[in-house]
Amino acid sequence: MQARAPATAVSRWAVLLVFAVLCAFPFAWATFTMFKADSDLYTVGHVPFLYNSPPTFDHVRVLFTDTAFLTFVRNSLEIGVLVVAITLAVSVPAAYSIARLTGQWGGRLAMTVFIFYLVPPTLLFLPLSRIVADLGLQDTIWSLVVVYPTLTAPFSTWLLVGFFRSIPRDIEEQAMVDGYSRAGALVRTVLPLAVPGLFTVVIFTFAFTMNDFIYAVAFISSSNNMTVSAGVPTELIRGDVFFWQSLMAAAVLVAIPVALAYNFFLDRFVQGLSLGAVKG
Amino acid sequence: MSEPAARRTVIIDETVRVHHLLDREEVLGPLMLAPLLIYLVALVGLPLLFVFIYSFSDATTGSDTFNFVGLETFQKTIADPVFQVALRNTVVFTVIAQAVVIVLATILGFVLSANFRGKWFVRFLILLPWTTPVALSALAWLWMLDSLFSPFNWILGQVHLIDQGTPVAWLGQDSLAVASVVALQAWRTLPLAAVILMAGLTSIPPELNEQAEVDGAGFWRRFFDITMPLLAPIMMVAILFGIVATFTDMAAVYILTRGGPGDATQVLGSWSFYTGIQGGSLAQGAAIGIFMFPVLLGVCILMLRRASRTDAF
Repeated sequence: MQARAPATAVSRWAVLLVFAVLCAFPFAWATFTMFKADSDLYTVGHVPFLYNSPPTFDHVRVLFTDTAFLTFVRNSLEIGVLVVAITLAVSVPAAYSIARLTGQWGGRLAMTVFIFYLVPPTLLFLPLSRIVADLGLQDTIWSLVVVYPTLTAPFSTWLLVGFFRSIPRDIEEQAMVDGYSRAGALVRTVLPLAVPGLFTVVIFTFAFTMNDFIYAVAFISSSNNMTVSAGVPTELIRGDVFFWQSLMAAAVLVAIPVALAYNFFLDRFVQGLSLGAVKG
Repeated sequence: MSEPAARRTVIIDETVRVHHLLDREEVLGPLMLAPLLIYLVALVGLPLLFVFIYSFSDATTGSDTFNFVGLETFQKTIADPVFQVALRNTVVFTVIAQAVVIVLATILGFVLSANFRGKWFVRFLILLPWTTPVALSALAWLWMLDSLFSPFNWILGQVHLIDQGTPVAWLGQDSLAVASVVALQAWRTLPLAAVILMAGLTSIPPELNEQAEVDGAGFWRRFFDITMPLLAPIMMVAILFGIVATFTDMAAVYILTRGGPGDATQVLGSWSFYTGIQGGSLAQGAAIGIFMFPVLLGVCILMLRRASRTDAF
């Protein structure tokens, strides 16, 4: 590959440019839009690729001051933190058990857990909204806190099994010879080594909770309890009136930090995926 | 106490303790697994069972009346022309979107597997479609495809492919709306597939390709005879994720087209939502959702088969 450097480099950059534009264009367009004045944006015949009037922060400010956007963000963050806690609490022990304690059954169990992940929200939302109502949780963020781990825990367990298996057994066996119990060895030796893996799980669990749309719109009806995903498209659009600049600002302001976080942990995530999927 | 005797006691203590531990491990394993399994059975297994029960009933969201009606709900569902469109769309959208993704993701995985300056930033841009919540990226598409202010309409107008006065209604015409939804689905599932394939490509030992090159194999020969077969298992994972994401989605359709124009872009997920939540018919909503089940079951079986063949998992 390296031998044909110049030609390959040029064509590689050409291909990358095409893909970068393809992937990022809607966001670039959204970013460009969010600073446009109404008179500029809604005049047919204006060149859409220019600021025909000076760019303005007004619509971004409106998003923060005159809409429930910050409430949506706070709800999403609260739900995210709680779901991360529950997800770690159930999937760390489960993954460790599958990786180390269940012997030959481990593989089958990992598979069973993953099959749970394949049952989609679009199939489960009807009975779950009934169950949520029976538990008295409808229209509260707790309905989502209780339900989201069903999406995040199987996937996290699957990732963690891969991470735990990549840690040599000798390390905790040594700790056990040194007098720690199995649980002690897990806490003292395995978990510190699995920290990058755990961080990956935290990021992805968080992102999963922000990504859901169907549960959030099925369980929650009042604007005060909505998440970003459900609130922005349902509450910031009133009938046929679209506040495009503010909507685009909301999309961009959520998209960028999430993509940055993913990018930071991408290698770990991919490693976990392939550990779980291929090597096992 | 003499010294050897003391040592013996220590050794005995040690064996007793290790034995004790081993005994406990058989308890500890299931114990550590139990919370997850209980959670999943209660909030995935049980609801799944309910979906099947609902679909044989006349349950609605409004009342508590519940009668088993046998296959009546299914008969009603299948006879509904919107359901037929939704079923066909779900399959067609998934097949086309994922076919496009396989090709594009392979190319993208290839260029991303090399090291180059600025890779971090390029990767950030390419990840956006996958990492952004679907509901929000679909909003960005909705604006990009706006009938009056779409930048594409402006460009087409400038090059006189369309008349400026009659802009293209990207989401208002059946075929264009279908194409838009398929494009959105391919766009948002491409990054994950590319990233998975990138990892697969980097794990192929470079010596294999170098040796083949020395032996005179050209790029395509090496690609089809070495890279593809070695990439196949991980490509399978990438495709399965894409299939599940596209096949079971409702948010993309719900935001971009609301299933329209008419019901031309309705899919099982969105139609089940409209019928079950907004229409209030739990039974029919459930029956619609159940038609996703064969495909998901197929995906499970594929994974199980692959697992038993390669001893993975």
